[in-house]
Amino acid sequence: MDWFILQLLNGLDKGSAYALIALGLTLIFGTLGVVNFAHGALFMIGAFCAVTLSRILTLSHQVVDETKTDFLGNPLKVDVPYVYDIFGESMGASIIDWAVPLSILFAIPVMIGIGVIMERGLIKHFYKRPHADQILVTFGLAIVLQEIIKYYFGANPIPTPAPEAFTGSFDFGALLGFDPGSIIYPYWRIIYFIFAAIIIGGVFAFLQFTTFGMVVRAGMADRETVGLLGINIDRRFTIMFGLAAAVAGLAGVMYTPINSPNYHMGMDFLVLSFVVVVVGGMGSLPGAVLAGFLLGILESFASMREVIEILPGINQVIIYLVAIIILLTRPRGLMGRKGVMED
Amino acid sequence: MGILEVKDVNKRFGGLQALGDVNLSVQENTVHAIIGPNGAGKSTLLNCLVGKLIPDTGSVLFDGQSVLGRTPHEINQMGISRVFQTPEIFGDLTVMENMMIPCFARRDGAFRLHAIEAVENEAELRDQAEAMLDDVNMLDKRNMHSASMSRGDKRRLEMAMCLVQNPKLLLLDEPTAGMARADTNNTIDLLKEIKEKRDITIAIIEHDMHVVFSLADRITVLAQGTPLVEDTPENIKGHPKVQEAYLGESH
Amino acid sequence: MLGLEKKDATLLLIVFGLTMLAPFLLNPFPEGSAMAQFNAGYPDLMQRFVIFGIFAIGFNILFGLTGYLSFGHAAFLGIGSYAAMWMFKLFGMNVIPALALSVVMSGLFAVLIGYVSLRRSGIYFSILTLAFAMMSYALAYSVLATDMDGPDRQGLLQKGLTGGETGLQLTLQDPRILGQKAAEDGNLPVPNIFGLEMRSSAELELGNWVFTFSAGYYFSAVVMLIAFYLSIRIFRSPFGMMLRAIKSNQQRLNYTGLNPKPYTLAAFVISGMYAGLAGGLMASMDPLAGPERMFWTASGEVVLMTILGGAGTLIGPVLGAGAIKYMENILSKINSDILHGWFAFLPDGLEDFVVAIIYPFIGKGWHLTLGLIFMAVVIFLPGGLVEAGQRVARMFRGKKAEDDSKSASTEPAE
Ligand SMILES: Nc1ncnc2c1ncn2[C@@H]1O[C@H](COP(=O)(O)OP(=O)(O)O)[C@@H](O)[C@H]1O
Ligand SMILES: [Mg+2]
Repeated sequence: MDWFILQLLNGLDKGSAYALIALGLTLIFGTLGVVNFAHGALFMIGAFCAVTLSRILTLSHQVVDETKTDFLGNPLKVDVPYVYDIFGESMGASIIDWAVPLSILFAIPVMIGIGVIMERGLIKHFYKRPHADQILVTFGLAIVLQEIIKYYFGANPIPTPAPEAFTGSFDFGALLGFDPGSIIYPYWRIIYFIFAAIIIGGVFAFLQFTTFGMVVRAGMADRETVGLLGINIDRRFTIMFGLAAAVAGLAGVMYTPINSPNYHMGMDFLVLSFVVVVVGGMGSLPGAVLAGFLLGILESFASMREVIEILPGINQVIIYLVAIIILLTRPRGLMGRKGVMED
Repeated sequence: MGILEVKDVNKRFGGLQALGDVNLSVQENTVHAIIGPNGAGKSTLLNCLVGKLIPDTGSVLFDGQSVLGRTPHEINQMGISRVFQTPEIFGDLTVMENMMIPCFARRDGAFRLHAIEAVENEAELRDQAEAMLDDVNMLDKRNMHSASMSRGDKRRLEMAMCLVQNPKLLLLDEPTAGMARADTNNTIDLLKEIKEKRDITIAIIEHDMHVVFSLADRITVLAQGTPLVEDTPENIKGHPKVQEAYLGESH
Repeated sequence: MLGLEKKDATLLLIVFGLTMLAPFLLNPFPEGSAMAQFNAGYPDLMQRFVIFGIFAIGFNILFGLTGYLSFGHAAFLGIGSYAAMWMFKLFGMNVIPALALSVVMSGLFAVLIGYVSLRRSGIYFSILTLAFAMMSYALAYSVLATDMDGPDRQGLLQKGLTGGETGLQLTLQDPRILGQKAAEDGNLPVPNIFGLEMRSSAELELGNWVFTFSAGYYFSAVVMLIAFYLSIRIFRSPFGMMLRAIKSNQQRLNYTGLNPKPYTLAAFVISGMYAGLAGGLMASMDPLAGPERMFWTASGEVVLMTILGGAGTLIGPVLGAGAIKYMENILSKINSDILHGWFAFLPDGLEDFVVAIIYPFIGKGWHLTLGLIFMAVVIFLPGGLVEAGQRVARMFRGKKAEDDSKSASTEPAE
């Protein structure tokens, strides 16, 4: 039983990331009808928002520390971050320590800005073009964004740790009455899951309980009619794109302590997220979330040593296998509406 | 028994009964017109004949064989060709290429992999296609990009594409809508000529009564998914029910 | 000529001339001159031009004609490479049987993957092909690389069918039942065609110029010309016309009595076989096959090539493949020193400024240039380089010729 819970938990953090990215992809596809291959890049940019903020916070100037000397006996120069000057040393240190969570505040406006610029500057012109063209132009954009990040941050992963307070692990084993240490789970992954749940809940609440959300949902169900009602769909589309970008970005910010960000992480996740969207049902928000968690958990179970011994490599292909089976037997996915792109 | 026998066909779209107990018998080598107000279910009926839709209940027999459950290309190979209400042509291809495709379909069936010899070298098929284009007065447009033509020309091209297949049953969905008067008259003449020269049965949906009365041997009036009356043109003209349901408003 | 119309025959002749003279044409700058780094006339790069040309020509038969956008064609490239390697290991180093097996194997896999993927269209088709390719990659990387000989034996399958991350390599233990197990000097044997080694080459020195003629390049070029010739025939055939009809209006095709499915499947399989041929040639030039050849980026690359050159045109994919491989190899070599050298004539401050602006786009940043060019093509020039060429030609021919070219552009594709 303990192994079961352990694998379940292990699947949750990856599942959360899949769900968040797939949610954004679906928002864009459902409202705008656009297949966005650059969505993974938004996830990646979010992660690099965290890197950027922690670099800004650690921007330092050198001061001479009279109390210490280097090996030649000269007074030692030490780097002092500017935040120390502003907030004092202990406060400054904890601000730096909390760089990743603080990046949320930093990433929201940045991501919304990027999303809006993307939609107004590029995507808008592709609403009426074939899906293949949308895939191609956003694929090109993904390459460009990825290369810009690579140019400024280099090709190597950049470790971006979680705050000190969250570095440990939680012993679920002891809590649930199994052997202590049988199920240990890093704090940060718990945080990530809770965070994902909040964001997902927030997006659904936003769509459910605001007028804006109602129009958007109506638009997802029947775009033409809503357009005919004379409701300004354009502006709402732009806002939706910004929102989806922010969701992807925040997913990226919070993922940094789990996996050190690198420039190609977006594409790695994108390929899988597409598969998730398809499994969930193109255009279905609950489907995207459900499929994200399901596939994350499935992947985690498939990675168990006992499973791999029987079916070698199954962990690497399970998601694709499920997607192929779903697409062939139930093309509308787990929760897709009938008739949506069943061809 | 007619070449086309539609029996008790029903089709619903959600709450809307698009076709209700439709019975229709089209005799071989006749022109059968189906008329009725917009939304009466005329196009839906044709969709059930060519495999685009499957009726909820009922049967459709063509030449004594059921068409239900067959794919559109199988039905076409049985001898049914259709002109759509909004022109369906190969917009990226030239007029001549548009004509060649049905020629190949007629000669080679639903699939044949001839990937090496050039289309250019199919002299016999090309002659057929050109002769047909000539019949619809479009030979001069043979090298045109078909998407760039007028709606009327697209329609005439689509009709030529269907006719060159030499179908047993030709289904026409408002073939003269959007055509200039002269082209409409040409189309009437063409269809009359075809009818005389070939063994062909035509089912035509048409709003233009001039076209209907020039061509039709029999007329079925459809209203709200159900046939109202079926009779000869003379009798339909004076039929009070028809006057009321349909002709009354358009004349 | 060869059953082609005059226009197509001319195109084929031009391509023939260009590929045969490539060692000269691609080496315009004398050895040791400042511009010599722009020379592309060395065998390794020229081979890549033509091999990726084949890959893109095949991809274009599927995407350019039918509009079905496969994001997983690299799977067939990889299968072709592995098949050729096994032929080298088991039978001998002659490239002809190796290539034959590459084509057959990739064709078989294409039937399988195509049959399943083509049950969907649009973006679903793209994702299905992507999923299949990534599955192949994952399998080649791990499962198929596990020891299948058993722990006590050290035989052929010790590293599985694919060799995993390091790839499939030749060893001196390979049986090669129809050929030599090792070269005369005891080293690994080299792929050859009836004795002529692929890596052999001749050099010609003319003044400051050095031209290299490599057997591998000329062999690949001949294969590419045959592949190109076949693609012209396919484009002009009834089959090619049906494929364009599928892209244009599948519904009309159905109601005209034609079944689109076998046509698209045939196009898929043919283009998979082209990819397999390209993969086999890659292994023939450099006997090694690794899973990265099947990664989705490789599939993306052939998409880029085809669209950059001009999807649906005959020559476009070859141009696109050449342009991207040239950028990859030449643009990526330019560093900031070279840039400073070029702009040395500018005043110092301005020089630094200009270099700083250009620098992100060259060297390791060449992908950025590629991405930007690609986006520009998709947005402004859907016909790719070929359309650009046509527009320029039209500009030069002036107004009178404009009407002619209008009717010319309605013809299938040039
Ligand atoms: N695919 C469909 N889905 C839902 N309703 C449809 C569909 N096709 C037709 N209808 C409806 O069925 C009715 C009959 O349509 P149609 O056969 O096109 O009429 P007609 O051709 O006689 O003008 C109309 O009310 C139309 O809105
Ligand atoms: Mg109608």
